[in-house]
Amino acid sequence: MHASTKKTYLAGLLSGLALIVLGFALPDWLLFTVTKAFGYGLVSLGIITLMRGGLVSFGQGLVYCIGAYASGLLAVHAGVTEAPLLLLIGMAASTVVGLIAGPLIARYRGIFFAMLTVALSMVLYGLLVKMNSIGGSDGFTLPEPTFFGWQPTVETSDLALYVLAAIVVAVAATACRLYYDSMAGMLALAVRENELRVEYLGSSVFNVTVRNFTIAAALAGLGGTLNGMALGHIDPLFSFWTTSGEFVFIAVLAGHLSVSAVFVSSLILELVRSFSNRYFPETWQLVLGSFLIAVIIFLPGGIGSLWERIKGGRKPTGQKAAERAAEEGRAAP
Amino acid sequence: MLDVITILVDGVVYASYLFMVALGLTLIFGVLRILNIAHGSLYAFGAYAAATFTTFVPALGLPPEFSLIAMFLAALAVAIVLAPILERGLLRLFYGRDEVLILLITYAVFLVLEDVSKLIWGVQPYYVFEPRNLFGNVEIGELFYVGYDLMLIALAAVAGLAVWLGLNKTKVGKIVLAVIHNPDVSACMGVRVNWVYLLAFFVGVFLAALAGAFTSPLISVQPGISIPIIIASFAVVIIGGLGSIPGAAIGALIVGIARATAIYEFPAAEVFIIYFVMAIVLVFRPEGLFQRTQARKI
Repeated sequence: MHASTKKTYLAGLLSGLALIVLGFALPDWLLFTVTKAFGYGLVSLGIITLMRGGLVSFGQGLVYCIGAYASGLLAVHAGVTEAPLLLLIGMAASTVVGLIAGPLIARYRGIFFAMLTVALSMVLYGLLVKMNSIGGSDGFTLPEPTFFGWQPTVETSDLALYVLAAIVVAVAATACRLYYDSMAGMLALAVRENELRVEYLGSSVFNVTVRNFTIAAALAGLGGTLNGMALGHIDPLFSFWTTSGEFVFIAVLAGHLSVSAVFVSSLILELVRSFSNRYFPETWQLVLGSFLIAVIIFLPGGIGSLWERIKGGRKPTGQKAAERAAEEGRAAP
Repeated sequence: MLDVITILVDGVVYASYLFMVALGLTLIFGVLRILNIAHGSLYAFGAYAAATFTTFVPALGLPPEFSLIAMFLAALAVAIVLAPILERGLLRLFYGRDEVLILLITYAVFLVLEDVSKLIWGVQPYYVFEPRNLFGNVEIGELFYVGYDLMLIALAAVAGLAVWLGLNKTKVGKIVLAVIHNPDVSACMGVRVNWVYLLAFFVGVFLAALAGAFTSPLISVQPGISIPIIIASFAVVIIGGLGSIPGAAIGALIVGIARATAIYEFPAAEVFIIYFVMAIVLVFRPEGLFQRTQARKI
């Protein structure tokens, strides 16, 4: 095993354990917020995966919502309450949708890609609002999840879900890092720089895009199911374009250099949201918008670039240096 | 037959103000290469400003006809205040950057403007019903239509024609076209490219605000009116081809009539018919109806 691969595994394992331990120390309200931030972060991790290939999806709500509804309907109508199983089902449903939609939209670029994803997600929104048999615009309430047959009490249910979410996040983040550092994952960076050259060199841009889109869909399915369980309620707003906008917001805030930054920025968004809801409910979008503008102006690489800057004492080498150089618009060393 | 006329009239009325919004959107994209998500908010500002300005008309003891002038002035005021702030103050910083990045900036502007409109006008709805009675009723077939709605069609046609003539038949228009073609060379020839950008953005904002102002009698002006408009006008410019004025007109008609058809014939499809039409057009014409396919650069 390559040394850097080993390091990634180790980092994933340690941060997973650290998150679980942290869960026992956090107060209940924060536990809920962090769990939600994990769910959002997973979806945004998918957008980061797409961004590495030069695409931004403004309609990730589509697969987020599919995941939530697939697992939620199963929980309500088939009585499946096993949380880990529901996560797998949500992920599988979104992956299938990603595999179907991916090839259809993989030939579009830039704004057209973004707008088509919005269109797809809004079609789903429209359908769900009209489907009164599954709650219409009100959505429906989910049963309490169980964990391997164990039904947590009211006091422990937040913690149980948090621990599950922390494990999922650690696994997903590790898997994404490994994928990004792999040959197939690095090809995405080349696609972003120059598609035609990638094709001349014998790789398929189409395949890279479909693969990234499917991975993003799987992550969104996980995030959707997780947030459905955390909120205990699902409605068509999961697929509304402003929801998708929040995912893009998190991804831009994080930048695509660091996987951990995604979860930090989704936590920032959740905290800003909870505090704003409490203290200035009328102006929280104003705060959010100004914040986004400030990040794009002052930190074009996202807050993930801060990580790199702190580590910057050492001379950056290899892929990360190349990514950073690309991010700053210079040629790779 | 009656159905067909109803659908056509409703569709074209909806298309008329959608066209004005989309015209501004497509003009801004054509000149500045910015797809402005905040455009729907500018429409909303126009509607709110009109709600405020029209209250001055009875307050000053003027006859109700003056409310049309008030609405026009409201749109102008929105453009005069917001266009320089947004273009010179913010968007200027991002010229030449990735199109998707600028899309995100305008998304942030959208978030900010939504709340600013709530701070200025509050969250309660406004009703501007006075001007809608100005043009009486018109009988088409066996049904009566509000004359004001039909006046909107004329207004949209005038706006479209004015922009087209302004671009193609005046000296300023030629300069704008030169900047669209190549900003660097235009600058070398002595064109003040910055002014052209500001002018195009100003006209774009004005068109959105004008559409908002003149639609305000048809709707209740309240938070959230920007969202359906921006989605629909995006669909219009994507269907028509970004940067194309005839494209915006055809796109608006397609979207307007598709929506009206859905409302009368398949109400269940109303929410997503626009996206459906847009997806179909994109499958066959990936760059929209009126856009030439561009060669990929190595």
